[in-house]
Amino acid sequence: MSPYAALLKREMTLAFRQKSELIQPLVFFVLVITLFPLGVGPSPDILQRIGPGVIWVAAILSSLLGMERLFRDDFQHGWLEQLALSDASMTGLLMLKVLSHWLVSFVPLVIISPLLALLLNLTEPMYWALMATLALGTPLVSLVGAIAVGLTVGLNRGGVLLALLLIPLFIPLLIFATSAIESAAMQLPYGPQIAIIAALLLTTLALSPFAINYAVKVSLH
Amino acid sequence: MWKWLHPYAKPERAYQLCHTLLPWFATVAVVSLIIGTVWGLVFAPADYQQGDSFRIIYIHVPSAILSMGAYVAMAIAAAVGMIWQWRTAYMTMIAIAPVGAVMTFIALFTGAAWGKPMWGAWWVWDARLTSELILLFLYLGVMALYAAFDDKLQAGKAAGVMAVVGVVNVPIIHYSVEWWNTLHQGATISKFGKPSIAPEMLWPLLINLLGFAAFVGAISLMRLRNEIVQRELHRPWVADLVANSNARAEKE
Repeated sequence: MSPYAALLKREMTLAFRQKSELIQPLVFFVLVITLFPLGVGPSPDILQRIGPGVIWVAAILSSLLGMERLFRDDFQHGWLEQLALSDASMTGLLMLKVLSHWLVSFVPLVIISPLLALLLNLTEPMYWALMATLALGTPLVSLVGAIAVGLTVGLNRGGVLLALLLIPLFIPLLIFATSAIESAAMQLPYGPQIAIIAALLLTTLALSPFAINYAVKVSLH
Repeated sequence: MWKWLHPYAKPERAYQLCHTLLPWFATVAVVSLIIGTVWGLVFAPADYQQGDSFRIIYIHVPSAILSMGAYVAMAIAAAVGMIWQWRTAYMTMIAIAPVGAVMTFIALFTGAAWGKPMWGAWWVWDARLTSELILLFLYLGVMALYAAFDDKLQAGKAAGVMAVVGVVNVPIIHYSVEWWNTLHQGATISKFGKPSIAPEMLWPLLINLLGFAAFVGAISLMRLRNEIVQRELHRPWVADLVANSNARAEKE
């Protein structure tokens, strides 16, 4: 078995053995969304107006909760150092860890989002736009998040700092994602916004491996 | 080709360079800020539409330009640190960061103060305002990350990554008024085209721009000097420096 396949298998096994860590951010995601109809009133029109933004903000906040899991345990157990010592490419191994993080934290979120779209009274075109933005936007969240987690993993009190570093970087994504869903709500084409998110994702995919590798090396130092 | 630059990686040489440059930057800053501000606020003609309110431009535009310029300078310092493994480059980065953050704050504050009478609101969620606010958060993030590490070399490397990642925001701020047709007006002084401002209003603005640039440079140099001395306290050359300045003080 190649080291990459072995690592992916290990990550998946670990993730499914610690189910609570998987489920808690999801429950948090649903709870944050539940707060909004209670906070601003259950009028369907208002919910439809704020729905796209609420879902995206909740997704970003809940992703921050689970983000540290990306490297924290492996760093504390010395497993990251073992990865750095192995023959396989460190960048490749780290990207695989990011991929497995996306698979276990964001894919469930994309899967349950139809339910939430229903709760917030989104129309069908809005729902497809939401799925498209989540599918393209959440890998971006994982990749950018991995850079910041790599930098803060050596710190004992990294949690709030991680949010402080990451939220400003997610603002452009939030702007384009909600703008795409709002266009869909008005029956307008939302291709341009999707294209911009895809361009952001591709650029990040090309450049972030170097940054993630460097960030982890700074922490391993 | 870059060989002449390398001696400045040594903290002692960098300190001496700061010492030599600081009086020049400080003089230019004081002289041009006095001339530019007095000229702009008192003698420049009032705008035919905005009256005297337009005079905020003499503070707002230079500070906004310098908020981006300082960020680029900080990111370049971080990149130099990563490429050539210079400790002094990381010290430069963290010396510039708070100065740039204050410039960003001044730009946001003066913009809000101007926006109240002109747009009727302190704050509008316009593309340029939002991206400038993100810039402020990026500065704060770099500073917070640097402060979180005890090992300052590691802190410099980590904060440097954030500084370089955040540089994508600078072109977004610059082009925000062209890409999104929002409330904030387009550029007033463009380098290539004909400026859309009368010459008697433009000159004080350019002088103040020079003054702000020199001011940012001077404060950064002072902070860099302090940073070098603090980090090198245990080195003999710093001990000599302290002994010399004590001796001079006793003589006087």
